[in-house]
Amino acid sequence: MMPDLGKYADTVLSAYAASILLLIGLVGISLWRGRRVRAEMEETEQRMRRKNG
Amino acid sequence: MSSSEKMNALWSYANPRKFLAVTERLMPWLWILSGACLVIGLVWGFFFTPDDYRQGSTVKIIYLHVPSALMAINGWLMMLVMSLIWLIRRHHVSALAARAAAPVGAVMTVIALVTGAIWGQPMWGTWWAWDPRLTSFLILFLFYLGYMALWSAIEDPDTAADLTSVLCLVGSVFALLSRYAVNFWNQGLHQGASLSMDKKENVADVFYIPLLVCIAGFVLLFIALVFYRTGTEIRARRIRALQARERAGA
Amino acid sequence: MIALLIRDLRLAMRAGGGFGLGLAFFLIVTVLVPFGVGPQSALLATIAPGILWLGALLACLLSLDRVFALDWEDGSLDLLATAPLPLEAAVTVKALAHWLTTGLPLVLAAPLLGVLLNLPAPGYGWLVISLALGTPALSVLGTFGAALTVGLKRGGLLLSLLVLPLYVPTLIFGAEVARRGATGMEATTPLLLLAGISAGAIALLPFASAAVLRVNLR
Repeated sequence: MMPDLGKYADTVLSAYAASILLLIGLVGISLWRGRRVRAEMEETEQRMRRKNG
Repeated sequence: MSSSEKMNALWSYANPRKFLAVTERLMPWLWILSGACLVIGLVWGFFFTPDDYRQGSTVKIIYLHVPSALMAINGWLMMLVMSLIWLIRRHHVSALAARAAAPVGAVMTVIALVTGAIWGQPMWGTWWAWDPRLTSFLILFLFYLGYMALWSAIEDPDTAADLTSVLCLVGSVFALLSRYAVNFWNQGLHQGASLSMDKKENVADVFYIPLLVCIAGFVLLFIALVFYRTGTEIRARRIRALQARERAGA
Repeated sequence: MIALLIRDLRLAMRAGGGFGLGLAFFLIVTVLVPFGVGPQSALLATIAPGILWLGALLACLLSLDRVFALDWEDGSLDLLATAPLPLEAAVTVKALAHWLTTGLPLVLAAPLLGVLLNLPAPGYGWLVISLALGTPALSVLGTFGAALTVGLKRGGLLLSLLVLPLYVPTLIFGAEVARRGATGMEATTPLLLLAGISAGAIALLPFASAAVLRVNLR
């Protein structure tokens, strides 16, 4: 399954690992903050509606 | 539809509500498509491409290095366009899109630098060489940092949007100047640099097609992230507005 | 306009105005370098042009937050913005005042500090010319950065982060002129490029600085 990477195995694997970790981190942080902000907005909107309604 | 009507139809996406509605529908497709492109491209590149006779298996790093470098530059260009739109037409969505794109572009720059350094280690025998291209990317990263720092330092969102937009314009000019200055500077150090960074040349089809898939994946991921983060920024802004109204009412 | 310039210069000269601080900083950096890299005169001669340029750049940076801070605190910046003098001109005068109180002394002091660093004889002329042509660009760029961060409480660190990347091309060409001059190489090409950057920055950046100031004063 694993391709033979020869003597550069560490190099290639660390490059892939570092990049994929960075990408996952970026997507994860974006999604996490997005969820939180969305929930907070809904909460705020409902509070406003209760007050006005 | 006349061309001016078409333009108006395009500008209507600058309405935050419409932007949210449209991106909400597009988001699942964008995530799936970008994920599929990235997985296919990277798996293809990693498992099913031959080694380069000179660079060995390190050539596989190209599938991360080139697309991220591309998006690092395009991210800044996109911020520049969005800043101009904000300064000229005052659409809030464009200012927020520029803000949303900055961290994505910065991470792309880091990926390009990290993969470049890891690749450079066995190829040139050093993690870091002051090669013109590497140096320009480092400077680009500094510009991203300054831009993000300015955004987070200013309380009032409209002031922040104005100031960062001007910074983006001035920064673009100086980033470009730095690019040429760095070229000049390194040639001055050692004539005819022996470290050729040109990978685009002599890239055969076996490498080229998976590379294209990876580039498509990075582009789509960038778009998806920017859309998603812009939506987050729009909501954060709305929360601020609602809270301000709340305080005013109380 | 001249009145504004004279007022700014007076303010800078006054005790606590910061005049001379930049110069002292430049001196200290230059003195510290041999402690850091060792006293070999050949090594010092090689790195002297770059160190002198870097020291001048940092000394310039140090005094930037004073460009608008005093006027912002006592409200005279608002007066400037509503004065009949266009804000672009006022910003240019501010940059000129900053250059006269910081950049010019640095240019004049650089040859003396060059002696400390064992700068080769042909380098002195080039060093002075390159600093004389380059420091105005540093002042103008710094004024832009100061205008961006004028209202912020702890703007100093942010100011450095914003301004330093903008200094890259000037530093590269300026230090290149000094280095080539010191080694006896032909240095007119980087000198022309340096002059071009300075001229372009002086011509265009006041508009950006004034626009940014207007936003901050809104």
